[in-house]
Amino acid sequence: MSELTLTLIKLGFLALLWMFVLAVLSVIRSDLFGAKVDSRAAAPAVPAATRTPKAPKPVKKRKGLPGSLTIADGPQAGVGATLVEEPIVIGRGSDCQIRLDDDYSSTRHSRLFLSEGQWWVEDLGSTNGTYLDGQRVTRPVPAEIGGSIRIGRTTLNIAK
Amino acid sequence: MSIASTSVIQIIPRTRRGVELFLLLIAIGVSVGAYVNIGITAQGGVPASTGLYAAGIGLLALIAHLALRFRAPYADPVILPCAVLLNGLGVAMIHRVDLGLTAIGREKGVPFAPQQITWTAVGVVLFLAVIVVIRDHRRLQAFTYTLGLVGLVLLVLPLVPGLGINVNGASIWIRVAGMSFQPGEFAKVCLVIFFAGYLVLKRDVLTLAGRRFLGLDLPRARDLGPILVAWLVSLGVLVFESDLGSSLLFFGLFLFLLYVSTERAGWLIIGGLLFVGGAFFAYSTFGHVHRRITDWLDPFSIDGGQIANGLMGQAWGGVLGRGLGQGRPEFTLYANSDMIISSLAEELGLTGLIAILLVYTLIIERGLRTALGCRDIFGKLIATGLAMSFSLQVFVIVGGVTGLIPLTGLATPFMALGGTSLVANWAIIGLLLRISDQARRPQTPAAPVSDETIAMAVQKQ
Repeated sequence: MSELTLTLIKLGFLALLWMFVLAVLSVIRSDLFGAKVDSRAAAPAVPAATRTPKAPKPVKKRKGLPGSLTIADGPQAGVGATLVEEPIVIGRGSDCQIRLDDDYSSTRHSRLFLSEGQWWVEDLGSTNGTYLDGQRVTRPVPAEIGGSIRIGRTTLNIAK
Repeated sequence: MSIASTSVIQIIPRTRRGVELFLLLIAIGVSVGAYVNIGITAQGGVPASTGLYAAGIGLLALIAHLALRFRAPYADPVILPCAVLLNGLGVAMIHRVDLGLTAIGREKGVPFAPQQITWTAVGVVLFLAVIVVIRDHRRLQAFTYTLGLVGLVLLVLPLVPGLGINVNGASIWIRVAGMSFQPGEFAKVCLVIFFAGYLVLKRDVLTLAGRRFLGLDLPRARDLGPILVAWLVSLGVLVFESDLGSSLLFFGLFLFLLYVSTERAGWLIIGGLLFVGGAFFAYSTFGHVHRRITDWLDPFSIDGGQIANGLMGQAWGGVLGRGLGQGRPEFTLYANSDMIISSLAEELGLTGLIAILLVYTLIIERGLRTALGCRDIFGKLIATGLAMSFSLQVFVIVGGVTGLIPLTGLATPFMALGGTSLVANWAIIGLLLRISDQARRPQTPAAPVSDETIAMAVQKQ
């Protein structure tokens, strides 16, 4: 067999081997480049792609109001909700808008709601309490952009 | 009321079994390609046994794939194809060394390749057993101490008179019914589960108690017990079984899991010091350890030594290798087991070797990824431990063959000739896939959530 054929076979096999490696890498790409779900960017995109597409309502946003609530750490990091008009309930229950996988949170732990042109954080009689910027929430307190809410072991960030 | 107003982001769980099948086909293609390539270059034509080999590897991979499809549909799609590729390439290389050994007239035990395929089949059967029998890895936590005991018994089994045999200075083998086994390979799996179960219970006390010294959190003196026991056991393995590799593997595993579960660097430093002390003691006391180190420092002092031949082969391979079937790996002692990495490097070159090491890295990465995604600490620690046992093993053997560290007799996972190691590795892969199935499965095994149910849930507010 000629030298050329042997070289071609050799290079062809190496190419095949690398093709496997590259195929695997492309499968796990999201691990390498990060699939961190940023609620601000991905919130409109993900539901549109996965559920039956529904034309999103044009929402009027007031300036200076918080626009999203996102879990900051742990295995659920990135999960969150956009703050529009309706109140948002956070807890372990299946009817909560933000469902926590946290043993230290109650079924319906706390609530964010819009009133008098402002968002408020309210504790729904939870066992372990809700903390806004380190202060225990005993009555509804205003939620500002950049604040962080701690529920059980989970921290949620309020962002624009 | 619209669901767009409260768009809760959900991570949509995907099974990805189709992707796995696709990758499996490539992996089988690479393995069969290697076999055919060796036939063309070393035997002068496509060998008649190609069909048999392809059918064997393909069937085993397919069975494993179907088991995952039905029993662990959310398991990681990448781990199985990587394992199949390494196993297939290993068998092809063993076949190639068989041909070489026949050519130079060292035919004792040849051919080894069919034997390795038989062991692969046994390994896949054990893989199926793990996937089918263990439905939930958390059940294993009930057997923490039982498995710890089993692990220790397996570890000392080669020392039982009449049962253990001494091969090349290391007594890590037992002979039962005419076949030899390396019980240490299974002891590794048992001990990983034991370490995980133990640390789940004890990690709080190991993390919280203690005091700071020179900016380091040091544990309390009485909490040092377990690490000292692990150290003594691995030193015992070294002294009585003369097995440097396993000793390093067990101690490294325990130390790493201790660090992962407590997040305290103090353990690593204490463990590192214990290791250095143990290594120095072994170096100055035991002849075989001393010899390993002198071989490592000056491999060319022995004419035709194992490491020297391996290094020559790798150098001859260069960047692109000699091409499959065109090197002379058979001149190296144990070219199909301990030194299989150097045989592969000789024929596939640095390019091929890097690809193989990447495949190992991918398995380890997927193992650690599984640990990250797993929801219970026990599963996290098992996945970490299994991935680390893989990485330690690959590091120790590849480091030894390439001359980075002293060569010790650990099996190259999935590739090296040797039934026990292959079977144990398939069990490890099965366990990893079982945990990753749990980790990637949707949290509530309910019917797919439709728009209506979400809308109803929102309206209830």
